Amino acid sequence: MYCLIAAETAIFSIFVVAYLFYIGKSLTGPQPKDVLHAPIFYTVCLLSSSLTVHSAVRRMAAGKTAAFGRWWMLTILLGGTFLFGTAREWRHLIVDESLTIDTNLFGTTYYSLVGLHAFHVTMGLLALITVALFYFANRLRQEHAERLEVLSLYWHFVDAVWVVVFVVVYVIGV
Amino acid sequence: MSANTIVLSEFPAASRPLPLRLHEWVTTVDHKRLGILYILFALVFLVLGGIEATIMRLQLIRPHNDLVSPQVFNRMFTMHGTTMIFFVIMPMVLGFANYLVPLMIGARDMAFPRLNAFSFWMTALGGLFLYFSFVGGNGLYGAGNAPDVGWFAYAPLTAKTFSVGHSTDFWTLSLFVSGVGSIGAGVNLIATILCMRCPGMTLGRMPLLAWMNLTMGSLIILAISPLSAAQLMLLVDRYLGGHFFDTQAGGSAVIWMHFFWVFGHPEVYILVLPAFAFASEIIPVFSRKAIFGYQAMVLATVAIGFISMSVWAHHMFTVGMSAGANTFFVLSTMAIAVPTGIKIFNWLATMWGGKIRFQTPMLFCSAFLFQFLIAGLTGIMQGAAPLDWQLTASYFVVAHFHYVIVGGILFATFGAFYYWFPKVSGKMYSEVLGKLHFWLFIIGFHLTFDFMHIPGILGMPRRIYTYEPGRGWDIWNLIVTIGVFFQAAGILAFAINLIRSYYRGKAAGNDPWDAWTLEWSTSSPPPVYNYAVIPSVRSRRPLWDLKHPEDPDWRYE
Amino acid sequence: MSPTNIFAPASTPAETIFGLSLFVLLTVTTVFIVVFALLAYVVIRYRNKHSDDHIEPAQIYGSSQVELAWTVIPVLIVVALFLAATRVIMAVQNAPRPAGALEVIVTGHQYWWEYRYPGLNIVTANELHVPVSDPAHPTPTFLTLLSADTDHSFWVPRLGGKTDLIPNHPNHMWIDPHETGLFLGQCAQYCGTQHAKMLLRVYVQSRDEFDRWVHEQQQTAQTASLSDGQRIFESTACVNCHRVSGTPAKGRFGPDLTHLMTRGTIASGAAPNAPQTLRLWIKNPDAIKPGSKMPAMGLGDQEVDSVATYLETLR
Repeated sequence: MYCLIAAETAIFSIFVVAYLFYIGKSLTGPQPKDVLHAPIFYTVCLLSSSLTVHSAVRRMAAGKTAAFGRWWMLTILLGGTFLFGTAREWRHLIVDESLTIDTNLFGTTYYSLVGLHAFHVTMGLLALITVALFYFANRLRQEHAERLEVLSLYWHFVDAVWVVVFVVVYVIGV
Repeated sequence: MSANTIVLSEFPAASRPLPLRLHEWVTTVDHKRLGILYILFALVFLVLGGIEATIMRLQLIRPHNDLVSPQVFNRMFTMHGTTMIFFVIMPMVLGFANYLVPLMIGARDMAFPRLNAFSFWMTALGGLFLYFSFVGGNGLYGAGNAPDVGWFAYAPLTAKTFSVGHSTDFWTLSLFVSGVGSIGAGVNLIATILCMRCPGMTLGRMPLLAWMNLTMGSLIILAISPLSAAQLMLLVDRYLGGHFFDTQAGGSAVIWMHFFWVFGHPEVYILVLPAFAFASEIIPVFSRKAIFGYQAMVLATVAIGFISMSVWAHHMFTVGMSAGANTFFVLSTMAIAVPTGIKIFNWLATMWGGKIRFQTPMLFCSAFLFQFLIAGLTGIMQGAAPLDWQLTASYFVVAHFHYVIVGGILFATFGAFYYWFPKVSGKMYSEVLGKLHFWLFIIGFHLTFDFMHIPGILGMPRRIYTYEPGRGWDIWNLIVTIGVFFQAAGILAFAINLIRSYYRGKAAGNDPWDAWTLEWSTSSPPPVYNYAVIPSVRSRRPLWDLKHPEDPDWRYE
Repeated sequence: MSPTNIFAPASTPAETIFGLSLFVLLTVTTVFIVVFALLAYVVIRYRNKHSDDHIEPAQIYGSSQVELAWTVIPVLIVVALFLAATRVIMAVQNAPRPAGALEVIVTGHQYWWEYRYPGLNIVTANELHVPVSDPAHPTPTFLTLLSADTDHSFWVPRLGGKTDLIPNHPNHMWIDPHETGLFLGQCAQYCGTQHAKMLLRVYVQSRDEFDRWVHEQQQTAQTASLSDGQRIFESTACVNCHRVSGTPAKGRFGPDLTHLMTRGTIASGAAPNAPQTLRLWIKNPDAIKPGSKMPAMGLGDQEVDSVATYLETLR
């Protein structure tokens, strides 16, 4: 998993480099500062889901399955909320600001970077939901804690990437 | 799964019907079978890439030749480069790594056998994608089929404006898909080497082959990922109307070059480290001596891994970087010569004072040393940026990197073929045919690639489908083309040797070379489970310890 | 001797590179001889002569002193080479621009070169004219390199190293030829189908000759009366791509034809500028340069002849 994360980091860094390189190089509008609003609430959701997934895995390692279920579902809920936030933001940009991926360089780099991250959140959510299904089928036991730990590692990685994406897109980029 | 295959293998292979046997190969997760699949796949593509090279050489045999049209020629060099890098050398070295690493570290399989199968089939799919373009690339009437953008596909030639039709899409998808496979293989190798070593095999006692493949795996995940990211961007550009490399909308062509070479140069070391690995196993055994300076070899390997990540822009000395940036990349490029030099000296010192047996594997490895030395030195010449302003993109650079890839990597790989063929097949190859292969190939190689440096010095750029008479290039191009036929004859001897020895060769026994690493302690070919009892080691040369109980290695390490 | 030999420099950048290349060649040849001698010695001296004797040689695992030696010596060589290379990089890339320098804007197009002399108000194609530069009173030519489409590279080996022409990324280089004559080269970055026939011709002229050439190029096209050929030329798509000053032909996609007859070649050096080749080129460009961007206009032999006759008046 660490290797996979290293590889994923390399992929993200290429997209981040492209985003940084192209800041302010769009020939036509809209420019980021006119249309982007930092999604503070959704960011808080995603980052706190790192804490909840950590708690969940700890509960499972301690054998407290019921508590695990509560924390795990909360993680899914927070992740889902974040995705909903991205969807709303994209809807706003596409419908109200008519910024799409082929509008200008900002559109191209913004949608691919944020989209790549959202894709990873979706993958993570699907994995989380799969685990939840096993949980409700009563197939999840204490000895699986180590595997859940690996999954939670991926989830932490997705969160950490968001911190970078957030800084690049909403702080440096505007 | 493994229990299942053990049961099957108790029956003699020939007694089972062909479809069943094929089905086993397709569904296999055994690292040895996947290794063989990788290697066979690479050999098929080696022939394809060779045919493309031959077409190019025939076209260039004399000035103003019109054997093929410029369109066809441009497809040939694109396909040749892409094929040889991604679908010959990559799967070849991954195949050997797959086969050998678990055996050499005393494991029963790779860490993730199913990921291993997935990686191979992704690579195979990538290769099929690339060649399917000959059939399916005609997106528009007259738009041409196979990709013709060059193997590093500089923007904006790959944009929809300049590359209509689907040929470039096939190229980019093919590299993306096989890149996913390679990343999987890299992850798998690292996990296997770090977690699956047998008792007693500390990192400091691993065979050098394992160390070099560990470094190679790390480079794969750090270098192929940027390539995949860049391919994703190119796909966004081509399919979604993005502007990453669209120079008409403020995009940059130079950033593609950076992204490509950030992959492209570590890639050279991804390919060459396994070749070093073969040499580091073969040279000691055939010199009858332990490798000289094991620690220095490991350090040099890791150093090469690190430095190789910071040299990429020496492919870009002519794109107009600042003098400061050029100077930096000159320094980093020259710096990588130091660990590489250490390796060459260590191999020489290993041979020094030995009793060298010049059987085919050692012949190939000695030629590898000689040719890799020259390749390194012409590399130094081009590392000096101002000289590179003259030499880059000329036939000199073509000769240089063929010296690395053919003279270095392919020669070492042929050595590996002959060295491990008895282990893999259980049969001994024919020494006569092996030597014939060696001499034909080395004559062809030197005819082709020694003389290829000269037209480069005389100003002949690469990737031209024809050239003007009166430039002093004619005679050199003729000699270069003649060499191709010797190389082809060598490959033919190689193929006959492999096939004939597989069916008619003498039984090889477990340890035909009197070698020292673990794979020679199991039967030839090894059983599905590799080792009935997981071995346990006390030194770098466990079989030496067994054979020389009076003077074991572990006393000195 | 090859007209494109990098070891026959005729301009300061090429000469400094040549000097560096001698130093580098000397160094790598020395290294090669030393290491090759060692390899040859080892291979001959230590080949196994008694194949039946099973005594293993003495096992040696390493030696810190020896290994240190062959680490330090290469480091020293590398430092020397690096310093030498850096000196040349600085000398070429950071060269000051003297007052007498000529400025030319080079634009790479798919398979031909466009040259604009901003100070002189000249536009021409495929054949670059520059004055010879006397080392005592240097009159170098500074090139600004642009591209209209894909990547190209400007390489005239005897005058200097190559520099790429990249869209949206202006580059610079300079040359100061020390002798008059014709210098050859060609595009060195794969740019598409006809990359091979995107040839470079640099005419280095004495000051007088160059000034005469400049004067000639500054004239507008002189045509006595409206000929048949001109009528055909101006009523077909020719004018969309080609410019002939003082006439309705104002295209910029193809080479400027105002002074076509002052050039020695057509099709970016792919064919001599002779009556038959010109007619063949107009009738069927693919016959000379398959895949070039100039379309066959579907003109009859009579019309081709008229157009060629018109073009032959453009001096």
